[in-house]
Amino acid sequence: MRALVIRRLLYMVPTLFAISLVAFLIIQLPPGNFLTTYIADLAARGQSVDQSQIRALEERYGLNDPLAVQYFRWIGGILLNGDFGQSFLYQRDVSSLIWDRIGISVALAVATILLSWLLAFPIGVYSAVRQHSPGDYAFTFIGFVGLATPNFMLALLCVWIAFAYFGESMGGIISPEYADSAWNLGKVLDVVSNLWVPVLIIGTAGTAALIRVLRANLLDELRKPYVTTARAKGLPEWRVLLKYPVRMSLSPFISTVGWVLPTIVGGEVMVSIVLSLDTTGPLLMQALQNQDMYLAGAFILVLGALTLVGTLLSDLLLAWWDPRIRHAQAEEA
Amino acid sequence: MATGTDPDVVLKVRGLHTRFRTDGGEIPAVDGVDLTIRSGRTLCVVGESGCGKSVTARSILQLVEPPGRVTGGQVLLHPGASSGTDPAGGRGAAAAPPPTEPLDLAALDPKGRDIRRVRGRDVSMIFQEPMASLSLVHRVGNQIGEAIRVHNPVGKKEARRIAVRLLGRVGIPNPDRLVDAYPFQLSGGMRQRVMIAMALSCEPRLLIADEPTTALDVTTQAQILDLLAGLQRDRGMAIMFITHDMGVVAEIADDVAVMYLGKVVERGGVDEVFHAPKHPYTRALLESVPRMGGTRRERLPAIRGSVPDPGDRPGGCVFGDRCDSFMPGLCDTVEPPIVEAGGSRVRCLLYGGAQKDPAAPRVGAAGRADPDTRPRKEAADVDAD
Amino acid sequence: MGLNLPQRRRPAATGEPGAVPANADRGAESQWRLIGRRFRRHRLAVCSLVIVCLMALVGVFAEFVAPTSTGEYSAEHTHAPPQRLHFIDTSGDGVDPGFYVHGYDSTRNQETLAREYTVDESEKIELGFFVEGTPYRMWGVIPAGTHLFGTTDPDERVYLLGADRNGRDMLSRIVYGTRVSLSIGLVGVALSFVLGVVLGGVSGYFGGRLDTGIQRVIEFTMSIPTIPLWMGLSAAVPREWGPLTTYFAITLILSLIGWTDLARVVRGRFLSLREEDFVTAARLDGCSRSRIIRRHMLPSFTSHIVASLTLAVPMMILAESALSFLGLGLQPPVVSWGVLMQEAQNIHSIAGAPWTLLPGVAVTVAVLVLNFVGDGIRDSADPYQ
Repeated sequence: MRALVIRRLLYMVPTLFAISLVAFLIIQLPPGNFLTTYIADLAARGQSVDQSQIRALEERYGLNDPLAVQYFRWIGGILLNGDFGQSFLYQRDVSSLIWDRIGISVALAVATILLSWLLAFPIGVYSAVRQHSPGDYAFTFIGFVGLATPNFMLALLCVWIAFAYFGESMGGIISPEYADSAWNLGKVLDVVSNLWVPVLIIGTAGTAALIRVLRANLLDELRKPYVTTARAKGLPEWRVLLKYPVRMSLSPFISTVGWVLPTIVGGEVMVSIVLSLDTTGPLLMQALQNQDMYLAGAFILVLGALTLVGTLLSDLLLAWWDPRIRHAQAEEA
Repeated sequence: MATGTDPDVVLKVRGLHTRFRTDGGEIPAVDGVDLTIRSGRTLCVVGESGCGKSVTARSILQLVEPPGRVTGGQVLLHPGASSGTDPAGGRGAAAAPPPTEPLDLAALDPKGRDIRRVRGRDVSMIFQEPMASLSLVHRVGNQIGEAIRVHNPVGKKEARRIAVRLLGRVGIPNPDRLVDAYPFQLSGGMRQRVMIAMALSCEPRLLIADEPTTALDVTTQAQILDLLAGLQRDRGMAIMFITHDMGVVAEIADDVAVMYLGKVVERGGVDEVFHAPKHPYTRALLESVPRMGGTRRERLPAIRGSVPDPGDRPGGCVFGDRCDSFMPGLCDTVEPPIVEAGGSRVRCLLYGGAQKDPAAPRVGAAGRADPDTRPRKEAADVDAD
Repeated sequence: MGLNLPQRRRPAATGEPGAVPANADRGAESQWRLIGRRFRRHRLAVCSLVIVCLMALVGVFAEFVAPTSTGEYSAEHTHAPPQRLHFIDTSGDGVDPGFYVHGYDSTRNQETLAREYTVDESEKIELGFFVEGTPYRMWGVIPAGTHLFGTTDPDERVYLLGADRNGRDMLSRIVYGTRVSLSIGLVGVALSFVLGVVLGGVSGYFGGRLDTGIQRVIEFTMSIPTIPLWMGLSAAVPREWGPLTTYFAITLILSLIGWTDLARVVRGRFLSLREEDFVTAARLDGCSRSRIIRRHMLPSFTSHIVASLTLAVPMMILAESALSFLGLGLQPPVVSWGVLMQEAQNIHSIAGAPWTLLPGVAVTVAVLVLNFVGDGIRDSADPYQ
C-alpha cells in the first residue's frame, strides 16, 4: 500500500507541472496584458500615460522577458516562497487574497461530496433493489431533471424564490457580523448554516449522476451468480444485498469521485458567481475579465492541484476498498 | 418397489412448474417435472441448453430470479435420519429435532426464514462458473466461514478453523495460507474446490451441482468429479448433477433424467437409459456423442432443427417436430403421458398412452450400446412414485 | 470424455429460457434495424426523439417560426409579462371562435421607475397563422416575410412569453437561440468526435507507449476542473472577434475538453474488440490493418459511438449556456439560450420578470430529452445488457 501511495504521488509531479503550464498559458493567451488594459483604460478617461511609468511597471513585472523566463520566475516564486505574485487589480500579494476564499471553496466541495454520497447511496440502492417501483421511477425522473438543469439556473431559481417568498436576498457564506472576526466556533456554525443552500445546488447534478451510476452498477451486480451463491447459503436477503452486490457496486461509486470532483469545483465557481459567495468563483471571474494574470493563474493552479489531490485520495480509497485493484496495482508497482 | 416413505429418499419433486413472465406472456421453463433423489446416489439431469435443467435445480431451493417463479408442484424434502456425527465439527447441537413429515419447499416463501433454513444446511448448491459465483472482494475463509455461521452458533475463530479443515478436505494445498486468499488469486479448479468446501460446510444431505465442471478444462474436470465422488462415498449424501456432457453422465451417474423443453422425457437407471434408451430424443442425444473407434469419415449425427421457442411450443409431444419417429395425427395432438417401459419412465407415445395402437418402436439406436462407456455403478431400480 | 452436445448460440452463458430466444428470421436483420426495433420499445426515448426533432425544426426554420426578429425592441414594452392566448371570444354576445390576445395598460411606478402592466380586456390583438410580418432573409439568403403566426396588424406586437428589458419578444429570441444552442452542441460534438475517435482509436488499437501517452493526456484533461479551465480559455477569446469567429472559437474550446469521454469509450471498445475471435480470425486471414478496423471493428461499435455522441450533445449545450451566461461565451447580438440568461443575472430582473428565466427552461428541456434519447440508443445498442 505504501509503494502504491508513493507511486501515485510521483505520478502527480508531471501532472502538476502540466497544470502549471496550462494555468500559465491561459494567462498569457489573451493578446496584451494587464498593462495594456490599464493604459487603454487611462486613455479612455482622457488621461495621458507617462511612458517612463509604463516602462517602470514593465520592468517591475518583467513583462518584456521571454515567456519561459516569466514562467520560471512565476513557478519558482510559488515553489520556493509560496509567492504567487502580485495582483494588479488589488495591488496586493495574491497569496493574501486567495487562501481564505480557497478554504471556503474546499469546505463547499467537501461538504457537497459528502452530501452527494449520503443522498445517492440509499436512493441508488433503493432504486436498484426496487427496480420499476413507483419510487424508482420518481427518483430516476428527479435524477434526470437534476442532471439536465444547469446549476446556475438552479441557483437563480433559489435566489428568486428566496426573494419572492421570503423577501430576503441570498447572502454570502459568512454573515456580516462575522465578516472581520477571526475563526471561532460561532463563525464556523454561521458558515455551516449558510452553507447548505449552495451545497444542495452544487450537489444536485453530482448526486443525480451518482445515483444513476450506483443504480446501474447494482442492477448489473444483482444478476451476478455470486448473489445466488450467497442466497443459496441461506443468508437473509438484506445481508445478501449489503455484503455482496452493494459492496461490489460501491467500487465504481468511489471511483466516480475522481470525475465528480472537477465538476463540483466547476459548479462551485458557477454557483458562487450567481449567489455572490465569498469563494474563488467571483474573484476568478473578475481576475479573468481584467487580465489580472497572477491572480487568475494562482486560482487555476491551486484549484487544479487540489482537484488532483482529491482524485488521488479517491484512488487510494478505492484501492483500500477493493482488493482486486489493490493487488493489481501492487503487482504493477 | 419403493414407496413414499422410502427412508433413502432425500428429495422428491412432483409436477414442478416454473414460469417466466415476459412481455410476450408467461413462458413455462419447467413444465411438470418429477424427480426423485436418494441419499448416497447421484442423479444426473441432462439436456440441451435451455431445456430447463438449471431452472429446475434453482426451483428446488426457490432461487429462481424474477421474472421467473415457481408456480406449481411440490418439492418434498424428506426428514433426514438423525444427522450423523459431524466430521467438520460445525453442526453441533444447532440442528433442530428432525421433523417427521416431508417439507414442501415449493410452498415456502422464497425470501422467508423457512426456506433459508434449508438452503445451505439440508440442500446446498454449487454453480457453473466458480469465478463468477464467488465474491471477488471477500477472502475465501470469510465466504466459507459465513456459510458455517449462518446455520451454526460458532464464533469467527472457530468458523475459520472449520474452513481451513474443509479446504484441506477438498484438496486445497496449504489451506492455512489460502484461507486468506482472494478468489481472483486462485485457479479455476481451486475456486470450484472452494465452492464445494462452502457447499459442504453444513453437511448437506443433498448437493445440487449445476454444471460444476463445464467451465473447467478436462483434467481439472476429472479431478473435481473424483473429489465429488469421494465426498459422496464418505458422507453418503445425495447429489443432483446437472450437465449437458454425456461423458460426465457415464462417469458419475446412478440415475439419469433427460430433459427436453421443460419436461423430463425419460428417466431411469443409468444402464437402462444408456444401454436401452427409449425416447427418440435420448437416442438422438446418445448418437450425437462422438466415440472412439468409430469410422473416421463417418458424419456425426446431429438432431435436426433446434429447440423450439419455449413460449411457442408445439402441441402434442414437445419433441414432435424434430423426431424421426414422428407419428402424424398422433404425436401432434396427444400429449404423451409418462409410461413405464423396460425399467425407465418415458414420455413417448411409442410406448403406449395413446388411444390408437402405437406402432412398434422403430429401432434406431436402441439396441446399440456404447461399447466404450466406463464400468458403471449398480443400476438402480426406478422409483415408482 | 465425450464432447459436448451442439449448443445453440446464446448470449447468456447459462442459457436460461428466461431470455427470449431469437427467431430464426431475426438473425437476418441488420444491426440497425434491430437497434431501431429495440429503441421503439423505449416509449420515453421515442417521445423525446419527437421533441428533439421538433426543436431541430424550430432551430432550422427559426426565422419563419419566430413571430418577430430578435432585435425588434419597444420601449413601451420593457419587461412586459406573457400574454394569455385566447381561442374563444366571449367578449361579444355569444361564444365565438377567435385567436387573439389582450393588450396591455401600462403605468410607470413612480418609486421603482419600473413599468407595471395590467391586462386591457377591451383591447383585442388579432393573431393569425402565416401572416406577413417583419421581413427577414431565410438562412440569411432568401428574402421573405411570412411568419408561422403573428399579429395580423403588423403594427401590433404579441408577447406570448413576455418581453425582456428592451421590450424584445422572449419567444422569438428563444426560437433563434434554439438554432445557436443546438448547433453549438452539434458542431462541438462533431469536433470532439474527430479528436476522440482518432485519438481513442489509435490509443486502443496500437496500445503500448502511444496508448500510455494518450491515456496520460486524457487523465490530465479530465482532472482539471472544467469550468475554471473553460473560463480561462474563453476569456482569452478577443472581444473584437466577429460573432462567427467567436462562435467557432467557443465551440473549439468546448470540444477541446469534451473529447476525452468519447476517446475513453472508443479506446475501451477497441481494447475489448481487439481480443475478440473474429478480429483474430480476420488478422490470421491476412486482412490489412485498415481493413480490419474499417470492416470488422468499426461496425461493431458504431452504435456505441452514436449513443456516446448523443449523450455528449447535451453536455455541450450545458457548457455553452454556462459560459455565455457568465459573459465569457458568445456575445450579444448573437442569441443563444446562455446569452439570453445573461438578462436574468440580477435579482431585480428575475423578481420583476421571472419569464427571463425561460431560456433556462429551454436548456433544461433540451438537455433532458437529449439525455433520454441517448440513453434509449445506448440501451438498444447493446443486446447483451
